[in-house]
Amino acid sequence: MRHGRYPFIASFLALPVVLYLILVIYPTLRTFYLSMTLWRGFDVAPVWVGWDNYTTLFDDDRFWKAITHHAQLLVALPLVTIAIALFFAFLLNVGGGSSGGIRRGVWGSKFYRVVFFLPQVLAIVIVGVMFQTVYRSDNTGLINGIITAFGMDHIAVLVNRHTALWAIMFVAVWQAVGFYVVLFSAAMANIPAEIYEAAELDGATRISLFFRVTLPLLWDTLQVAWVYLGIAAFDFFALVNVLAQDGGYGGPDGATTNLGVELYYAFSKSKLGYASAIGVVLFFLTLTFAALTLRVTRRDTVEY
Amino acid sequence: MTVSPEGSSDLSRRLVLRRAAAAGLLASPAAGLLAACGEDKPAGDGSGGAKSDKNPFGMAEDSTTEIVIFDGGYGQKYATDGLTPNFKTAWPKATVKHTATQDITALLQPRFQGGNPPEFVNNSGTKSMDFGALVADGQLADLTDFWNAASVDDPSKKLKDVVLPGTVEAGSFNGKPYVLYYVSTAFGIWYSGKLFKDNGWSAPKSWDEFLALCEKVKAKGIIPYAYAGANAAYYQYRVILAHAAKVGGESVLKDVDNLKAGAWKADAVVKAAEAWGSLVGKGFMDRSHEGLKHTEVQLQQNQYKVAMYPSGDWLEGEQAKTTPPDFEYQMMAIPGLSSSDKLGAAAVQTAAGEGYFVTAKSKNKAGGLEYMRQMLSKASARKFTEITEAHAVTVVSGAAEGYAFPPGAKSSQAAVKAAGKDVIGNFMFDGWYQDLDKECRAATNELMFGRINAAAWADRVQKKADAIAADKSITKYNR
Repeated sequence: MRHGRYPFIASFLALPVVLYLILVIYPTLRTFYLSMTLWRGFDVAPVWVGWDNYTTLFDDDRFWKAITHHAQLLVALPLVTIAIALFFAFLLNVGGGSSGGIRRGVWGSKFYRVVFFLPQVLAIVIVGVMFQTVYRSDNTGLINGIITAFGMDHIAVLVNRHTALWAIMFVAVWQAVGFYVVLFSAAMANIPAEIYEAAELDGATRISLFFRVTLPLLWDTLQVAWVYLGIAAFDFFALVNVLAQDGGYGGPDGATTNLGVELYYAFSKSKLGYASAIGVVLFFLTLTFAALTLRVTRRDTVEY
Repeated sequence: MTVSPEGSSDLSRRLVLRRAAAAGLLASPAAGLLAACGEDKPAGDGSGGAKSDKNPFGMAEDSTTEIVIFDGGYGQKYATDGLTPNFKTAWPKATVKHTATQDITALLQPRFQGGNPPEFVNNSGTKSMDFGALVADGQLADLTDFWNAASVDDPSKKLKDVVLPGTVEAGSFNGKPYVLYYVSTAFGIWYSGKLFKDNGWSAPKSWDEFLALCEKVKAKGIIPYAYAGANAAYYQYRVILAHAAKVGGESVLKDVDNLKAGAWKADAVVKAAEAWGSLVGKGFMDRSHEGLKHTEVQLQQNQYKVAMYPSGDWLEGEQAKTTPPDFEYQMMAIPGLSSSDKLGAAAVQTAAGEGYFVTAKSKNKAGGLEYMRQMLSKASARKFTEITEAHAVTVVSGAAEGYAFPPGAKSSQAAVKAAGKDVIGNFMFDGWYQDLDKECRAATNELMFGRINAAAWADRVQKKADAIAADKSITKYNR
């Protein structure tokens, strides 16, 4: 390596590193510090209280409710989203059989691709507000308008504590599927056609094509999708804030709350130390999840 | 005593936050320490002028006062077209720097953190700052001297003597006044004068009359009674508690606030809960309202789909845009339960709301105090009533006398007048003990939509109240 090359590289790296330190590392460390203090966000120095914020937090029923909901979402959200997205992506790309040696999607797949992706271009809050109308509990709501027209009783999915969380999760899935369809489509396009051809010559059905060829060759992409969706399960604030009962505070009765909601609430009450403690817990949960997922799902990449 | 409208936004959070604020003040042992920390930074109080009855805080005549107004249900026009011109008339050389926002916290948190807050703030809305936190950290000017200063209209009268009784206490934290709650609010059940007139119905005075009316309304295919379960269950528990106060006297609410053992299981409270909880079973309420927000239910009332709706007197202004011109809002007192009620059938609950404060560390604190003093003149208070869409009545005694109010405001004032000495004061537990508020909201939805009965409702809330009473880590309040 030629002399003087390191200073040259370093000069390029310096600015991003400084920005990273100021905008990411410093605020993170500062949050750790604040989580050990009582601070209301004014020009008064934070007061050190040690682990007090954490003991209060761990004694709070709502905190454990929030954790439970994260766990439920962590399993359900990626599973459902990826399953649906994979199914659609398969149909759009290889589900239509082959002609002239080229695999193609089902009829109209280009149109469907746009339709699936559409929710993705909407801001999450707009999606939430839209689903307020879908779920609204009187017959001006989309669902209730239809079912009451058939003489059925109103259903109020957001009011019922057993269905509220899943109703909100459905919105998240609805919004996310389009993105993962595109992601998986791109990955599928990279799979060489010869492999399919060979498999088909050997008499593989579409189902075994999917499980024996497509899925294994998409493993890297799936892994990324799983981490993204897992993080989305931890960052589930916006939809709950817009859709949940109790004016967005994770209602009914805390049945849809999560750490983001609790954090926001503490923050808005000037309990910045407590809010920071929630933030720190969230930080470690997300980090642990990402690290675990990447480790557990590690496999040798197939070269082709 | 802190209630006020939200415009189209959600009332609940703000109310809760503000009241929780009071709780936060004492809840933290370090609060005093923090407040003390705040003191070591001397701030100019802006006094440059000589103190006199005309200028009790010694504001420099040519000084600048920065005001921040919450641009919500009351708008900002009352300040730009009412309060500020009046202030300028009194102090022609002074400058007022006006800012209006809907997000008070985003605007002011950095200013407080930087130690250069504006002088005068209307802290309101869903994104308002926590009063208790501000007080605990010594950010707000102590108003003790303010209330003892001479009033604008009559220098021989102190400011505290020109406002309605209870105003100073409403804005006091741990006995010290910090906040001016400017708007006086009455609570009751609202209906359309037109709908009632067209059908020959009249406002019921007793519970039997109320049920009979509900039956008639239901026969017409209209939902007799509604509240919004999604975000406004506390509108309904206010009804139950005010009703309980009618049945058992005001001491019922005092016991609830003081976490007295069995307060929620008192006969009056259970009877009131039983009465209101019976409505859904009789088909007088619609189950879909549990999932609706207050704006949605209020809209249904404007569309004549709902007959009666409990609210404060901001409702008429809040609904101005969707109310048909001949709708004619009217407010009635919550009907009495039986002839053995402790308070008369006309008894009505009132409270003071919409908070204003002067900051302790601003450059021209005297200017902020003077602005606040000027807004307590009859002329300024009158302007507030005239300009705000709700035509809200202020706490300045007699300022709105003779004003031609819209029908709803007129009827709510008539209701308060008719109540005479049977005016029910506000309860405080929801601000003091936030968990109790939450529990009561959840339990009230359960009760009102028919999943539990009154006894179970009382049990559930009482259990929470007992738990709070037993929890040494929660600071207790008494009144």
